[in-house]
Formats: sequence, structure tokens, C-alpha cells
Amino acid sequence: MCAAGKYSSRGPALIPRMKTKHRIYYITLFTVVLLGLIATGMFQFWPHSIESTAEWTLEKGSVHDAPLIRLPVSSPIPERGDLSCRMHTCFDVYRCGYNPKNRIKVYIYPLQRFVDELGVPISSTGLSREYNELLSSISDSDFYTDDVTRACLFIPSIDVLNQNSLRIRETAQALAVLPRWDKGMNHLLFNMLPGGPPDYNTALDVPRDRALLAGGGFSTWTYRQGYDVSIPVYSPLSADVVLSERQPGPRHYFILSSQTAIHREYRAELERLKEENGEALLLLDKCSNLSQGAAIARKRCYKGQVYEYPEVLQESSFCVVLRGARLGQAALSDVLQAGCVPVILADSYILPFSEVLDWKRASVVIPEEKLSEMYTILKSIPHRQVEEMQRQARWFWEAYFSSMKAIGLTTLQIINDRIYPYAARTYEQWNNPPVVKWSSVNSPLFLPLIPPRAPGFTAVVLTYDRVESLFRVITEISKVPSLAKLLVVWNNQNKSPPEESLWPKVGIPLKVVRTKENKLSNRFFPYDEIETEAVLAIDDDIIMLTSDELQFGYEVWREFPDRLVGYPGRLHLWDHEMGKWKYESEWTNEVSMVLTGAAFYHKYFNYLYTYKMPGDIKNWVDAHMNCEDIAMNFLVANITGKAPIKVTPRKKFKCPECTAIDGLSLDQTHMVERSECINKFATVFGTMPLKVVEHRADPVLYKDDFPEKLKSFPNIGSL
Amino acid sequence: MQARKKYVLLGLCAFCWLLLFYCGGGVQLRLLHLLTRHQGDVLRHWPNWTDGAFLPRYAHLGELQTDAGLAESPRQRRLAWSTIYKDSRCRMETCFDFSRCQRRGRDGFRVYVYPSEKSDRVSQSYRKILASISESRYYTPDPREACLFVLGIDTLDRDQLSGQFVPNMDERIRSYPLWNDGRNHLIFNLYSGTWPNYTEDLGFNTGQAILAKASLNTEHFRPGFDVSIPLFSKDHPQKGGERGWLLRNTTPPRRKYLLMFKGKRYLTGIGSDTRNALHHIHNGKDIVSLTTCRHGKDWEKHKDSRCDRDNLEYERFDYQELLHNSTFCLVPRGRRLGSFRFLESLQAACVPVLLSNGWELPFSDVIQWNQAVIEGDERLLLQVPSTVRAVPNERVLALRQRTQVLWDAYFSSVDKIVLTTLEIIKDRIFSHVSRNRFMWNSLPGGLLVLPEYSTHLAHFPFYYLGLGNTRVIESKSLEKPPPSRSKWPPMPVPLVVTDGRRKTTSRFLPHVAIETEAVLSLDEDTVLLTSEVNFAFLVWRSFPDRIVGYPPRSHFWDPVKHAWSYTSKWTNEYSIVLTGAAFYHRYYNYLFSHHLPVSLRTLVDRTSNCEDILMNFMVSAVTHLPPVKVAQRKQHKELPAPQVMKSVSWASPEHFSQRQECINTFSTWFGYMPLVHSQLRLDPVLFRDQVSVLRKKYKDLERA
Repeated sequence: MCAAGKYSSRGPALIPRMKTKHRIYYITLFTVVLLGLIATGMFQFWPHSIESTAEWTLEKGSVHDAPLIRLPVSSPIPERGDLSCRMHTCFDVYRCGYNPKNRIKVYIYPLQRFVDELGVPISSTGLSREYNELLSSISDSDFYTDDVTRACLFIPSIDVLNQNSLRIRETAQALAVLPRWDKGMNHLLFNMLPGGPPDYNTALDVPRDRALLAGGGFSTWTYRQGYDVSIPVYSPLSADVVLSERQPGPRHYFILSSQTAIHREYRAELERLKEENGEALLLLDKCSNLSQGAAIARKRCYKGQVYEYPEVLQESSFCVVLRGARLGQAALSDVLQAGCVPVILADSYILPFSEVLDWKRASVVIPEEKLSEMYTILKSIPHRQVEEMQRQARWFWEAYFSSMKAIGLTTLQIINDRIYPYAARTYEQWNNPPVVKWSSVNSPLFLPLIPPRAPGFTAVVLTYDRVESLFRVITEISKVPSLAKLLVVWNNQNKSPPEESLWPKVGIPLKVVRTKENKLSNRFFPYDEIETEAVLAIDDDIIMLTSDELQFGYEVWREFPDRLVGYPGRLHLWDHEMGKWKYESEWTNEVSMVLTGAAFYHKYFNYLYTYKMPGDIKNWVDAHMNCEDIAMNFLVANITGKAPIKVTPRKKFKCPECTAIDGLSLDQTHMVERSECINKFATVFGTMPLKVVEHRADPVLYKDDFPEKLKSFPNIGSL
Repeated sequence: MQARKKYVLLGLCAFCWLLLFYCGGGVQLRLLHLLTRHQGDVLRHWPNWTDGAFLPRYAHLGELQTDAGLAESPRQRRLAWSTIYKDSRCRMETCFDFSRCQRRGRDGFRVYVYPSEKSDRVSQSYRKILASISESRYYTPDPREACLFVLGIDTLDRDQLSGQFVPNMDERIRSYPLWNDGRNHLIFNLYSGTWPNYTEDLGFNTGQAILAKASLNTEHFRPGFDVSIPLFSKDHPQKGGERGWLLRNTTPPRRKYLLMFKGKRYLTGIGSDTRNALHHIHNGKDIVSLTTCRHGKDWEKHKDSRCDRDNLEYERFDYQELLHNSTFCLVPRGRRLGSFRFLESLQAACVPVLLSNGWELPFSDVIQWNQAVIEGDERLLLQVPSTVRAVPNERVLALRQRTQVLWDAYFSSVDKIVLTTLEIIKDRIFSHVSRNRFMWNSLPGGLLVLPEYSTHLAHFPFYYLGLGNTRVIESKSLEKPPPSRSKWPPMPVPLVVTDGRRKTTSRFLPHVAIETEAVLSLDEDTVLLTSEVNFAFLVWRSFPDRIVGYPPRSHFWDPVKHAWSYTSKWTNEYSIVLTGAAFYHRYYNYLFSHHLPVSLRTLVDRTSNCEDILMNFMVSAVTHLPPVKVAQRKQHKELPAPQVMKSVSWASPEHFSQRQECINTFSTWFGYMPLVHSQLRLDPVLFRDQVSVLRKKYKDLERA
């Protein structure tokens, strides 16, 4: 438009000076531009007409202000759900596309009130509080988009949570008139109470074409594995009642049955169990003599004694959740909330979120036929396992059952995991409660491997300017048979490394890397030049280690490739007086760290050190020019949960005659600083990951009464 | 004139502008909206209804708690179900007779194999399957006590065009008196259907039998009933099996090629959609996708313009070399959904990228595949390169190790595939004593975790790291009475003397008296100091999944005899620690008595020998790691005085030669040599150092 304005303002000024044939030409051009503009305007305007009728004018308004849609009797009805639907047949992945965040986009239809030709609403309740909660929590999540063209999943605002309140045919018609319905492709419906009397279907009866169904109460015959999502039946008590988390442990009752609508056959069976096992069982029923109807749902009775529901659930270790007419029971949610282990008796029931949740860790599923054996089965479960199940049950409720938001977002996450399986959440992420997640480790090198000897190791020597000492180190370690490569990290920016001809002649490749800054962390950089798995970090003044000692260190590393393998060991101690950690060197019977002045470790830890070190530890180390080894010990112990391995008797690197020069005072400030490091790192990690052990690794025949020349590593140095 | 024109034009211009303003108002708004959207990103959210708090509940509490109750008796309903849900809708509760498995309590899971008739040609693969079952601990020769039945007729290849196709299946099966419409039967199948449709049909009525089938389609898969197995070649080893090819975790984990495929291209027919498009992603650099149309008899008839060029390129690369050098391997569907490629790339630690829509992955009930493979979508083939490129390094590292875990736990031999199938079915039958998904998916894999021992993760030696480090391993218990000349201090722990029943394996019986996690196994002639034991126990706590002991032994390959050999000489490495004095986890006792076959245990009992070697074999097979030798005061066994010599069995040369035999028998049963060498010994930190004795915690160890 702007261009057109410019053109037209110049046009008249030009035209007078133009010849006639040019004039015609310009007028034609002008008309074309004009027409083009009009066409563009129309085009912009037209395809959005659908949305514009349903504009979100109701930002602040009542549900009853939603536009009314009248459904003609002849309005099309979708087909019944196709049982063979799977993600690759009934779901249009192209809508989701490839995106770097691996997140699906979900669109929610604006609210409309559907009525039939006579003006009778299709549902007796309309939008329910729960569905409203669900939709608004989805709309607040990062799955949400308001752009219908970019959406991958569509959620109708028609509430079908409870089939009882629906008029089946009309609801189906309403679904079919949704503007993007397209055979239900990529549409998601939430339903918690499916079916109706007398036969109680296990999935929503509303014909819904290819729409996905998040349903509570699927059986194995109606559940389309990998397509539908099984969700819990939300219990309104979750929001109304606060049950504080109880410490797992044995409870007053062993088994509790609190459901009121149990078939008499089952009740008889339960009564029989109670007769056999007495007080351990508590069978509650509804209270018959209570006058108030409203409170009856919160009361349970046994022989005239009244119990508060769901509070009473906390008094039992196991709680029975029997199927009723429907497979899914809201009681499951109450039971989990109370931290009671559900005993589920509902054959063919697809447990909520069973695609990702490991119910065996939080519940006991018993075939209905075996109800009579329930007591013996439950008694055979070890106490510690029951406690863990109680904790797990409560955690499942907190994370996946407690609110409509939890239920809705879990459903979307499951669908998201299917569409982007390579970015799916892991079993641990789904199933481990935060306490376990926090304290457990997931080592990146979890496969038990003893790598072959042949590739050898790369020695990384960090040096500044002690050329003479460096050359000695190089000459010494080049004698180690398994050394594959030498990498000298030249950390001095002011001085160039000596000329090539001056370097000692060694039989293996030697590379010099010049760094940009004199930083300690350069030692742990994952240089591309390191081609082996094993890295030997070594200082430029470590000349006392014998070739046997180094080779043995490498052999030990091969047996423990996920650990730090070093020579002198150090220890951290808790100082009770000061109330903080203390660094301890030499002469202890225990080890929790090894010095990296000479240590073998996996190259992967270089990556972790450089890119994944938590907090500002790296900067701290570079600023203090100290403690890089402690940081490395923390990092490895934290991610693997394992202690380092100290090899051979070696206690310190400095030669005995050097100690005199260093002096005591220097030593003490050094110790104080390192103690400070430990405390600092422990705060950053939020825990003390270091593990204390009392062993070191020696060659099998070390100091055994055996001819030295027959030993593989005869020359193991002393302290 | 010119002035008029000027005005006309100006007027036109204004008109046009007005027109746009009028009917294109939306455009401006939209434009405005778009602009603001880019800055502030204002989403139009679901409205916050003013009457939101007054909305009705989706259901009343009463409605939720008392759902009308069903009039129909549950027992009748279950009966009705078993008549409705049959054949293609079979589930365990409707098509399986649980009562058959109850006869002998928990170990009621027994499998019977029908004898195969002499006239039958049984393929090599099926013979392996049957052999695996008959050697397993679930086998029974008595059909009356069987819970599961396996056919003696080869049903692996049900392709009518195949040479191994067995005709008249229906008739033959009907002649089985126990067939009972396939109830409690297990049918193995690798290939079904034939050109051109390759349907899932086996060509006979399988009735209510459980199918253990390769290339199962999710549509035909009866969840919780059928078992999807991988397609394996006829050369797949029966036992042991090759280990995965991943020997080391190189960093960065990328290999020379990012993605590779080498295989047939189908020009027509089922599966051709994907196979015919694979060449599009070939870039000759890091993505190698080679296809050939040279397969089948009359390929030249169908050949298209690409064929010759493709065939040339195809020859340039070697499949094995690509397997070794690719980070990801494409596993597209063939004519059927599964392919050999799947197991091949799993073994090669080349992360499989699946392009096989609708394939029910092998053992999908229990294995979490998304942690080991990339599940692609045939429709999104062209996205695959960017998808795999975007997989971060740490995930590649994890995926690759996971392929090896799974390969080694479930797929490396026919034995493992068959046993996994049986264990999955058994877990369904005894669902309250079954493995959870964590046990199935973490090391050492479900086959080595026996739920009858415990269903609690903390009772096993494998999971302590994954469950948080809070677990404290309780104090030790003693299995054998201490010797008379021992220097034990008064016992701080309860002592239980058990009757050994004069059998050698009874040492490893899982005594109920053992309540602690650590077991210290001792011979009656062992002399150990308290500090020695304490130190070993501390070491064991760091390695609860291994045997921690004192006297080492070693094995080696004798090239002259072409057999494994055993040595008790002092060597620089060891692979066995004698259980005459060793700590190990209680679970290994259970595994020893229940996992190992009776044949091996009787051998040990008969010879009163080798039980320690067998224990070492078993533990190393579980962990893939060597045992741990700890420091010891002096040599474990001194030469006994001549008068005792005769009574001591281990000193005789016969004893020694038996052990040579044992080591070979065991490795045959395991199918490979599980023992691993170690070169190190764990000593106390100040062991034999020139340090004041007062500083040392374990000074007793150094006394001569």
C-alpha cells in the first residue's frame, strides 16, 4: 500500500511529460497495480472469515455469553471410532512438523453453546468446572497456541467428561460441525465417565471419527494402544480435602475397603476374608442412618461406627479398588492421595497413564478371580517394598492425579512423546519421585565395559614455562608402553613453546596446544587431539612415577573406566567444631579424592567439566588457580555415585627434599584454601557427592613373596 | 487536459486507498496484530470466566462413588467374556486357563513340548527354539503338569512359497488331544503371509493360542496376550552369543558416517513406498543410503532409470564396514515389518532409526524402546537426516550403550529370545510376583532378576545406584561355623549353624537364616582375622554386585589342548576368587540354586568340587566384570600337615583335573567364557607402607 501511494504521487507529475503511447501504458500499469492491491486485500480478508465469527470477544465474560449454535437435525454425524486407528494411520503428523523444541502445538476451540433445533442444549451441564480448569491449564501451558493454522492437536471446548450428561447424537453432530474437524483428525477428547446403563461401555459412546480419546476406564478391548491415552477418573475430593503426606510405614489396618457400590458377590468374598483375618481388615460401607444426603459421600460406616472419608484411607497399608459398573474408579485417586497402596481388582482395565507409569511399583493388581487370595498375596510383599509403594502411590497422585491440570498436561506430554519419540521423557523422569531423582545417579557411562588395551591413553601435560622439567616428564612417560599420544597444553601466552628440534625425541606423536588464556581449566578441555578414551592428566613436574606405576594405573583405569584413577589420595572430613568440611591430606586410612596431578580418567569427563560443570565452579577454580582436581573429583563422584580409585602406595608428588623448601606456613594456607573449595563446591552441588573408601588398588602380587622378575609390575614406587 | 488527468489520477488513487481502507480494515488490524505479536507475543488464552467458580461439577460425588452397581454377577460376566472375546480379541483372562499353572504353586509354570514326528522337517531355527525350551528350568516332559504347550511342528516359516512350509496344519493340530482350541499354547512364527500382500495370517487356525511372532502389526497384536519377537537368522547362536560390538565409549560419540542404509529397493508392492524413497537422503558424505534393485529373479523386467546408477554406488560400500562406522542405522520395513537389520544394528551399537509404521517392537510389553532406538515415521523420511543430526552427543552415548544392554540381555542368542518370551508370559500369569519395568530395562536385564526371590528393588545387588544412595547395607552374617582354631572375638552377630546335608551345592542354598544382604562364605579350615573380614566387607560394600574374596585363581585358553584351562599358580592376573572365603550378595545364592540348570548342580554335587568356579562363572556372567581380590595376611591355605593330607580333598591331583573339566563344561553351558581377568588387588590404603603402625587401621593384616 505504501508503494502504491508513492507511485501515485509520482504518477501525475510524470504523466504530463509523457507521450500518448506511454500514457496508455502507465494507466494500464496503474490499473493492474490497483486491482492487485484490491485482490490482495480480499485475499487477506477472506480465509479468516471463519475465525472472525468466533472472535474471542469474551475475554471477560460469562459462560452463558458464548455464541449459540443451532444444530439442524440433518447435521452430519461422525462415524463410530475406528478400533484400528494408530498414530501412523489416523493422525496427521505433517501438522506437527519438525521443530527444534520438539513440542506439539495445541489449539482450543472457542466456547460455543450447542443446541438442537428445538433449542435444547446437547448437554445437561454444559461446560463443567473440571473441563474449564483443564482447558485453562492447557491454555496456560507452553503447548498452547491460538493460531489454528499452526496447531498440531485440536481440543474441542465441548465438554464430554461425563457421558451421563450428554445427548449422544447431538454431541456427535456438534463435534462434526467444528471448523477443523476433518474426520476427527488430530482432535483430542477428554472423557472420564464413559458408557451408561445397562452395559456400561468402556469408552465414550459418542461417535467421534478418528479423534483421539483420553478416557478414564478403558478396557483392553476398547483401548487403542499407542493412540488413545488412559487417564484417571478425577476425584473432586482431591481439591476439597487436604491429606498431608504420611511417613510410609505400617498402618493400623492392613487392608481397607471403602467403596460403597461393590457387587454383593465381592462383598461376600471380602466378608469371608475378614472373618479369616479379623482386625487387619476393615470393610466400610455407606452409612444408612445418616440423615443428611450431602455429607454422605464423606462418611463411611462399619457396624454403626462412623469414619471420615477419605481420611480413613490413611489408616491402612492397602486399599481395595474394585471395579464397579465402570472400570475406572474415582476411589483410585483418593486412595493414592492417602498414600495407601491400591489393590486393583478390575480385569482388563487399562491403568491410568499406563503407557509411561510403572504401576507395579505403586500398586498391586490382582485378577478378580483371585480376590479370595488377596490377603496371602499382600502378606507376601516385603515391608520395605510396601513402604516404597506407599511413597510411590502418593507421588503418582501428586504428579499425575491431583488436579485437572496435572491430568491434562500429562496427557499432552504422552502424546508429545509419541510424536517426538527421540525427545521422549525417560522412565526415570516419569516414575522416580523427586527424592529418588535427587539422590540417585544416572551415570553417562553405565555399560560395564573393560575397554581394550590397544588404543592406549593420551597424556595431557599442562605446562607454563618449566621447560626443563617438562622435557623430563615427557622423556619419562614416553617409556610407558600404552602411551598413544602426548599432548602438551602450553598455558603461557607470553612465551612461545620451544622449537620443535629442541623437544626430546619420543616414539609417539607429540602435539603442542597453545591456549588463549592462562587458566587451570585448560587442562580439562576436551581437545580434538585426544583420540583415545583414556586421558592421563599429568603435571609438568611429576617425574617420580615409574613406567610400571603408570602402566598399572592405565590397567586399573581399564577395569574402572567410569572413575578417576589417581595416585595420591585425599580425604574430606566433617569438622564438628567448625560445622563445615575440612580437607585432609596424607597418612589417612581413607580416600575420597585423588589428585589430578597424575590421574587417568575418561575423556567424557572433560566434556562434563568444560560444559556441564554446575554453578560458577569453573570460574572459581580459574580465579583461585587451585582446586581444579577437587572440582573434577566432585563432578565424577556426583554423576557416577562412585568413589575414585587410588593406585599404589604413592602419598604425595613432591619429592621428600622439596618439603623443606615449601615450608609449613605455605602448606597450611594451601590446606585452608582447599578446605574452602570443598565447602564451596558442596554448596553448589547441594550435597556432598564424594564417597569415602578404605581401599587402594595394587598389582595382584604386590609385595608378595614372589620372584620380582615374574611380576608384571615389579617397579612400583614407594611413598 | 493534463490537469484534468492529474485530478482523475489523484482521485483514482484516493478511491483505491479508501477502498482498501474500507474492505481491508482487517488487513491493517491483522498487520498490527502480527506486529505486536512479534514483540509482546500476546496469546489469546482460554477466557477466565467470571462465573467460572459457579460452574457445575462434571459429576456429583455420589455419582462417582455409587455407579449404579452392576446387576450382573461378576462370575457370570467373566464366563460370558470368555465366549465373546475369542480369537482375534483374545486376552489372558479370556483365552488362557490359569488353573493349569496353579498346580504346583509358584513354580507351576511348566512348559511342555510336543514330540515332533520323524517325518517332519524341522528347520534349524525351530530346533534351536525347542532345544532352548527343553533345557530351560521350565521344561516338563509331562503334559499333565504343563501350563504352556509348544508345538513340535515347525511353524516358523508360514510362507507358502517357502520350502519349510508345513501343509495340513489344521488337520494335524486337531489331532492333538490337548489342543483345546489352542488354549495355553504358544506358537512361534517368524514369517507369515506371502507375496504380494504378506498378511499376518499363519495359514491355519491358531485359535486361542498365544503368538510369539516376528513383524507383528499393532493392529493384529493382541495386547497383553501375544508376544512380539525379533526376526533372527538361522545362524543366530543358540546360546551365549556374541557380545555387542561396542568396546569403548569414544568421545565424541559420533562415528565416520551419521546415517547409513544398504539394502534392497522395492519398485512395486508392499513396502515399496519407503524402500523406493530411501535413495533421496543419500548424500554420499555422512549419509549413505544405498539401494539396489538387483534382487529376485526378474529384476531387470521392472528396472527403472535409477537402477544402474544405484547398483554402481551400491557396490562401493561394504555393509559390515558401514555397520561399524555409522552412528545411526536406518531400519526400514521390508516386505514384512521387521527385518534382520534390526538385530544387526543393535549388536553393532549402531542406533537403529526405525521406519516401519505399525510394527509392534520386539518384547514391547517390557522394553522401553525409545531409550535405545529412534522411532521414525515412514511418512517423514525426509526429516530423518535433520532429526538424527539434532540428537545431542550425550543422548547418542546413552542410546548406543542402551542398544548393547538390550542386545546382551535379550537378543544375543535364541536362548535369550525364547526365555524372554517365556518370562513375559510367566510375568503375566503371576502378575503379583513379576518384574517391574525398571528391572526389565536396567542392567543386568530381566532374565537374571528372579521375581520369586523378591519384587523389591533394594533386595538385589544391582540397583543401589539408581535408587539413591540412602540404602545402608546391613551387617554381615556368617554361613558356616567358625573353625575351632579360629581367633574370632566373641560373636557380635547371631550365629546360625545349618545342616549342610552333605552336598556341595548346599553351601549356596538360599538359607532363610540369611537375612542380611552380604554373605560371607567360609570353609571350615579357613583362618581369617577380624580385621581381614572387616576390610573385605567394607570393600564389598563398594562392589555389592561382585564376589569379594581372598585366594585368587585364573583361567586361560590352552591352545595346545584347544580347551580352557584352570590354574592355581600365582599369577599376575586372576579371574576367580575361591568362595572358601568370600563375600557376595545373598541374591547370588538364590540365583545359584534357581537360575542354573539342575545338570550343572548335580555335576557339582557328584564331584564335590567346582562349586566355587560355577559361582564365579555365574556372577561374572551377570556383571561382565571380574571378581575382587582383597589383601590377605598370608597365603590362604598353607600346606597341611602330612597326616591331614589324605582327608583334604583339594590337594589331590584328581581334584585338580576335575576342575579343568568343570571349567570347560561350564563354558559350554554358558555358551561363552564369562570369566574376566583382573590385574589388581584391593589393599587397605596404608597397606605395607613405611608408615608408623599406629597410623594403620588394619595393622593385623601385615603381621606374618
